[in-house]
Amino acid sequence: MITFEQLQKTYPSRGTGTPVQALADIDLTIGRGEIYGIIGRSGAGKSTLLRTVNLLEKPTSGRVLVDGVDVTALSARELREARHSIGMIFQHFNLLSSRTVFDNVALPLELAGVTKAQIRETVEPLLDLVGLTDKRDRYPAELSGGQKQRVGIARALASKPKVLLSDEATSALDPETTTQILHLLADINKRLGLTIVLITHEIAVIKEICHKVAVMENGRIIEQGPVFDVFAHPKHETTKTFVDPVINRGIPDSLRARLSPTPVAGSNIVLRITFTGERATSPVISAISRKLNLDLNIWHGQIDEIQGAPFGTLVVEAIGNPQSIEAAISLLNVNKLGVEVLGHAVPGNLRAAV
Amino acid sequence: MLSPEIYALLFKALLDTLYMVAVSGLLGTALGLPLGVLLAVTGRGELLQNLTFNRIAGVLVNMTRSTPFIILVVAIIPFTRLIAGTSIGTAAAIVPLTVAAVPFIARIVEGAVREVDRGLIEAAQSMGATPFQIIRKVLLPEAMPAIALGLTLSVVSLIGYSAMVGAVGGGGLGDLGIRYGYQRFLPEVMLAVVIVLIVLVQIVQSTGDWIARRVNKRNLKS
Repeated sequence: MITFEQLQKTYPSRGTGTPVQALADIDLTIGRGEIYGIIGRSGAGKSTLLRTVNLLEKPTSGRVLVDGVDVTALSARELREARHSIGMIFQHFNLLSSRTVFDNVALPLELAGVTKAQIRETVEPLLDLVGLTDKRDRYPAELSGGQKQRVGIARALASKPKVLLSDEATSALDPETTTQILHLLADINKRLGLTIVLITHEIAVIKEICHKVAVMENGRIIEQGPVFDVFAHPKHETTKTFVDPVINRGIPDSLRARLSPTPVAGSNIVLRITFTGERATSPVISAISRKLNLDLNIWHGQIDEIQGAPFGTLVVEAIGNPQSIEAAISLLNVNKLGVEVLGHAVPGNLRAAV
Repeated sequence: MLSPEIYALLFKALLDTLYMVAVSGLLGTALGLPLGVLLAVTGRGELLQNLTFNRIAGVLVNMTRSTPFIILVVAIIPFTRLIAGTSIGTAAAIVPLTVAAVPFIARIVEGAVREVDRGLIEAAQSMGATPFQIIRKVLLPEAMPAIALGLTLSVVSLIGYSAMVGAVGGGGLGDLGIRYGYQRFLPEVMLAVVIVLIVLVQIVQSTGDWIARRVNKRNLKS
């Protein structure tokens, strides 16, 4: 649906400063119907990249194809036409304070010269979709942040776009409202098959609704792929700092102090089980415990769900005979759960000696 | 305490003032509003950046605005004669009043339009709006509360300026005050003129404030 080819954007130097490269060698393809998240710290270039899709930002070189059309090659008139099929929502909503909710949503249609009757036919179902039918004649100043963004979403959908660009659309909202807005976007994506490109600096947003993710730093895409893969196997340091709070791979220091790299008398093996597959978690763990007569003492962990699949780690101390533990490890492997031996838990009464 | 003749004069003067202020205000708005919008949108980095136009228009506006009004009235007498056919009288006085009003209103409108959130322009652009559509559907409606207050200010200024056009036989309240109140030493006429002017300005200001409040949807309580 959207393809960036060798995209570059350089801002010319001001005075004695050096030119700023905002985008460098961007090659990225976003498929039809995907929710594609672009994450990065402020200044990483994600906003610039998003704005090249509807050419609010003109790239220095390279091409941006939207539904097969190179938007960088369009005339002013053709570009305005193309923008009708690219909706956009903004961090600060950008609603007209002088217009009611209805008239705000109607604006893109008015601009396109649609008749009054047709406008009503389009706008009313949209207000229904975003749950604002009762606010139709209110002004933005009378709405909450979440309601304002709903108006923004309805407005962006009014011209029946193929693509929706979301520029930090939830960054000005509280967590609860953020979740509601994200669910609305996911719902729209499913119902209308709309391709959504969103930029954010919050990994939670990516985790919540994105299918794929690209991580940006210094104007470059440093990592990209399905959200699950990137979360499960982050390669770049920056990606890890984004992902770590979500998967919580570390172990608290107090537990680390009890770990010995080699077995000592009375020690039990400590395993880290990584859930990165589609297997339901608890039956596997409890089944192993029951079948193999193993006691699994859970030390630490975090299990979450990404795109419907369990995801996270569990650190357990396995108490039982060595054969059972061996069998447990192979069972976990068969069930496509990652498992690694972290070390050996020193029994509590020996702790002082370690 | 005032004789009926003075009342008649006062009434005539009020009508002259209203006539001059209304016509020059309307003409000033008709010319100043588009000029102000153009000044705003042709600036650096703006919608229709055109620095040559912006600078020339800016200099012309500044020249007019920095000339004291009484000097302007006299200085443009040839121009007044060209437009109005005469340089004396109430109708002729409208010319310098308008010439003064246009740049005044233009600067006020420019300021109001520049205050409109850039995000709104970007949003309209992302919807495929033409620059003209952005001006008409976004910039003007959003700037309207500030423009309404600015026009009120302009009308109040015009009432003040209109007192000076007595210099070219423009008539009106100011002229009455000078000729009867000051030159003929009739303080009660001067007082009456001042009271009428105060009431007039008060009415204009209250009306302007009311309109500005009506068009401002930014501070509604939910």
